[in-house]
Amino acid sequence: MKMGLWFRAAAVVIMLGLAALPASADPLADFKGQKGEIRISGGTAHIPVMEEAAKRIRTANPDVQISIAGGGSGVGIKQAGEGLVDIGNSGRKPTDEEVAKYGLKVFRWALDGVGAVVHPANPAKSLSKDQLKQVYAGAIDNWKALGGPDKAINLYTRDEASGTRDVFWKRALDKGEIHARANVVPSNGAMKTAVANDPYAIGYVSVGHIDATVAPVALDGVVPTNETVQSGAYPVSRGLFSLTKGEPKGVAKLFIDYLFSPAGHEIIADKGFIPVD
Amino acid sequence: MDGERIAQKVFLLAAVLSASVTVLLLAFMVILGLPLFQGGLFLEILTQPWLPGRQLFGVWPMIAGTLAIASLAVAIAFPLSLGVSSLIAVVAPGRIARLVKSAVAFMTGIPTVVYGFVGVFLLVPLVRESLSRGSGLCVLSAALVLGILVAPTMILFFSDALARVPRSHRIAAEALGATPAQVLIYVLIPGAWRGIVTGLVLSTGRAVGDTLIALMLAGNAAQVPNSLLDSARALTAHIALVIASDFDSLEFKTIFACGILLYAFTAAATLAVRRLGRKRTPAR
Repeated sequence: MKMGLWFRAAAVVIMLGLAALPASADPLADFKGQKGEIRISGGTAHIPVMEEAAKRIRTANPDVQISIAGGGSGVGIKQAGEGLVDIGNSGRKPTDEEVAKYGLKVFRWALDGVGAVVHPANPAKSLSKDQLKQVYAGAIDNWKALGGPDKAINLYTRDEASGTRDVFWKRALDKGEIHARANVVPSNGAMKTAVANDPYAIGYVSVGHIDATVAPVALDGVVPTNETVQSGAYPVSRGLFSLTKGEPKGVAKLFIDYLFSPAGHEIIADKGFIPVD
Repeated sequence: MDGERIAQKVFLLAAVLSASVTVLLLAFMVILGLPLFQGGLFLEILTQPWLPGRQLFGVWPMIAGTLAIASLAVAIAFPLSLGVSSLIAVVAPGRIARLVKSAVAFMTGIPTVVYGFVGVFLLVPLVRESLSRGSGLCVLSAALVLGILVAPTMILFFSDALARVPRSHRIAAEALGATPAQVLIYVLIPGAWRGIVTGLVLSTGRAVGDTLIALMLAGNAAQVPNSLLDSARALTAHIALVIASDFDSLEFKTIFACGILLYAFTAAATLAVRRLGRKRTPAR
């Protein structure tokens, strides 16, 4: 009761402060004089943003220690809920049961698309949704059928705890089958490496992770980019969430506030995601 | 006097503690996996395919994956290790042998992830391009690297066993006019077979228990591999991949089945080695 009031009051003060000095407020200044540890784990799509934010915070104040681990969205939700980490990241919205069971507080700080990717040298860079579904179901198993070389298609997918997989499977494959012969990789980064190294691969990554080493595949003519995700033209998207058990406290709260500050938004956009308030 | 008694107690405690950890570990897995043992679910998990979409959470493909990867790795490492240890013991003793042996000892210290990393960037593209089928992430790639990983263990066991064959046997054979190759084949290897089998069993245990190489190089597809170029998932890699999923789900519970299987295998291997050791009476 008392806590809630306290936080509401603090929130009002912060909002007033932000409204009063939108340009001059240095969000890193809030970390001045603070000491403590922030443990972060979960969604692997979040990691580039987390690391950049952590780097800047550490530079401003070396007394704040930040550890960042992956594990996937399932891990983020579970570890935040069990208090093993201060901030758990998730690429899917936690279910109502999870929120209720753990008393999670959910912060959605970015919008992110999930796009199919192939090797840059692969000419098959545009598929219909139906073709994509058939590719993943194993019905189409040669690139020749899709305008590519006469080579077997190497499927790549993510592990069951992946939020990226969850979104791709629901929105791009309409919960269709993913063939058992698909290779399974444990993170967005590993997916990018795998596809970048395999000329006959098809996989999927968070749009923020797409760079020159892999080529995005247009789905029904729409290339997954930040613009098409933001406008809604590209349908396979999800929010990026950070979760805390109850209201965030201390340096963890400052970290989350930092993500929502202009500097945080800049990092998020810089890492290829669409910041949201 | 008193200090000695205290030290005795402390060491006893340390021994009991570390011994009980192994027992507790098994108890932990069995208790947490208990829901699996009810209603014959355990047997179903051991024999069914892994199709989460159809609510089938069998680990049979992973058992097959582990067997394929580990046995191929041992098959690759065995002749290699026997050759290297013969070189150390017989063909080129002296400086070269010492050099090779220290290189092998150094290899045991290289972190697994380094092998995995090199495998991903060098071996996998090579396998993919030269064998023109699949992604290169397959049983063969994992087994080749795993073979190199377990070889040092084998080599050290083998060369120790070869060196332990009584010198008199060797001299007797040489006196009968045996060439070094004949000494090796007819005297040393038969005399060292127990050490060789021990090394073989322990390396097999290591190949079965290794996680990272399979996770990085075998492709992790939850299917029973039909060829060396098929992607496969080992039991250990399965644990690493599924541990991140929802704690209450059935797929998470399969971790305990995998754990119990791996535990049982290691226990069996250790028992086998100990039986061999006990038989090692000073015969002849």
